[in-house]
Amino acid sequence: MKIKLIALSATALLAAGCATTPSDDEYYAKAVSLMKAGFTDRGQAKVDRIDQDRLQKLCSSYESSPIPKDVAAQIEKEQLATIKYPADGKFLGDHKKGERIAQSGRGGQYNDDPKQPSGANCYACHQLTKEEVSYGTIGPSLYHFAKLRGYGPEIQKYAWNKVYNSHAFAACSSMPRFGHRGILTEEQIKDVVALLMDPNSPVNK
Amino acid sequence: MNPTWEGAARTACAVMALSAASAFAQDRSAVQEIERYRQALGDGNPAELWEARGEGLWKKAAGPKNASLERCDLGLGPGVVKGAYAQLPRYFADVDKVMDLESRLVHCRVTLQGISPEEARKSPFGGPGRKTDNDALVAFITAESRGIKMNVPMSHPKEVEAFEVGRKIFFHRGGPYDFACSTCHAVDNVRIRLQDLPNLTKQADAQKAYTAWPAYRVSQGEVRTFQWRLEDCFRQQRFPHLDFTSEASVALTMFLARNANGAPFNAPSIKR
Ligand code: HEC
Ligand code: HEC
Repeated sequence: MKIKLIALSATALLAAGCATTPSDDEYYAKAVSLMKAGFTDRGQAKVDRIDQDRLQKLCSSYESSPIPKDVAAQIEKEQLATIKYPADGKFLGDHKKGERIAQSGRGGQYNDDPKQPSGANCYACHQLTKEEVSYGTIGPSLYHFAKLRGYGPEIQKYAWNKVYNSHAFAACSSMPRFGHRGILTEEQIKDVVALLMDPNSPVNK
Repeated sequence: MNPTWEGAARTACAVMALSAASAFAQDRSAVQEIERYRQALGDGNPAELWEARGEGLWKKAAGPKNASLERCDLGLGPGVVKGAYAQLPRYFADVDKVMDLESRLVHCRVTLQGISPEEARKSPFGGPGRKTDNDALVAFITAESRGIKMNVPMSHPKEVEAFEVGRKIFFHRGGPYDFACSTCHAVDNVRIRLQDLPNLTKQADAQKAYTAWPAYRVSQGEVRTFQWRLEDCFRQQRFPHLDFTSEASVALTMFLARNANGAPFNAPSIKR
């Protein structure tokens, strides 16, 4: 509730200055209606993907500007509360499977088969191992992730949280919420966490 | 026009496919490959085949009204092609709407040639063994703005509205991955895997990216138009299918084109 108020008052201030031109909210409403009219359902990607959840709407409204500290703290608290933990309490799966998940970019696109498991395409945005040189730079390098931070249960839990819901530690992150949005299964998240955390993983070599 | 380019393009594809396995051993080797290919062609570009076909289509009488497109007003008056693309999208009083090149072409084919709107919008992009009129006409018309500075107008209120709505679409995060255009195109000097991503909110990057479309894609053997580029990025964004020439696509194009103002237009280009 509190964040909503802050976002609203920011746009109200913007709008107050110029009564004759349409307000930011009006442009937003028009953009949403044009998108709803201008896309067609295809495969698994339906037009309802234009609908935003609270986080998507709030983060979009800041465009390229930094998120105010109090808003960020509120978002992180809310997103942290969405995280579910593995039933058996174990965070680590198989790092070799994790590597395959990190390599695969399939999933979620209208041309992807929704019956097949999704990948996570971590390499699209992160360096992870020395062997793979085709990596993106939208996110920081994760090479030597656990070697640098330690292999203990706290770091394991942090890695789990981060993959499950990246916004719990960085409000309005560009990184997908792999657990919260059901992109990866619990078992797949364990495999990816093992890729980051297992001492034998190429990430830590 | 030089018919051997298609052959040259195919050879280059084969070269690239062969080297793909080892390509990543060296950062940027794919980019270097394109550079070498470009040099091998001199200043040539297979897109010229599309341009020549497009010029023919522009002048040829067609459709139920058996008329050519030579009376089509692309913004600078009926029949004026030179420099028209550098000022698109823009407001058109006859339809009371902002249009980009591809939606204006649909409009002209419907009003001048009597083709139905459904027919004019059907399968606009080429594929294996299938060449489209849209790709050819766009190649011809855009080439006629080569070297001319981008000068997209913002004087009509509907042009301002399209730009602002386009900006909202650009930053609109949605879908299962929470992606927006801005996820991949609002930060400086980042890349996905090895592909550099332009920061389309900054003038220099927007100019460089926008003025390079349409492009002959070596990997696909096709000329790809700007409407195609948007649709394919929305697919990667996990959004549904973007309708060809939808108002949403035009607004987004307005935002990107206007950000490119001041730079000389330089396409059809050639890309990976
Ligand atoms: C679309 C881009 C994108 C993808 C895909 C992505 N990330 Fe990220 N990631 C980021 C960005 C940007 C950050 C920095 C901001 C933040 O912390 O959220 C980040 C941060 C992280 C961090 C925190 C690093 C630190 O120093 O604390 C971890 C761990 C991480 N990512 C792991 C992963 C893993 C594992 C995957 C695949 C399952 C993945 N990421 C996929 C963009 C991405
Ligand atoms: C998930 C990542 C991602 C998203 C989201 C995305 N793009 Fe892209 N975009 C790319 C990649 C990767 C390329 C380079 C593609 C290539 O070279 O084949 C690219 C290329 C482009 C280019 C051409 C740049 C050039 O210099 O040739 C434009 C323009 C563009 N994108 C616009 C957009 C717009 C507008 C949106 C939102 C509808 C968008 N993109 C969303 C990844 C993305």
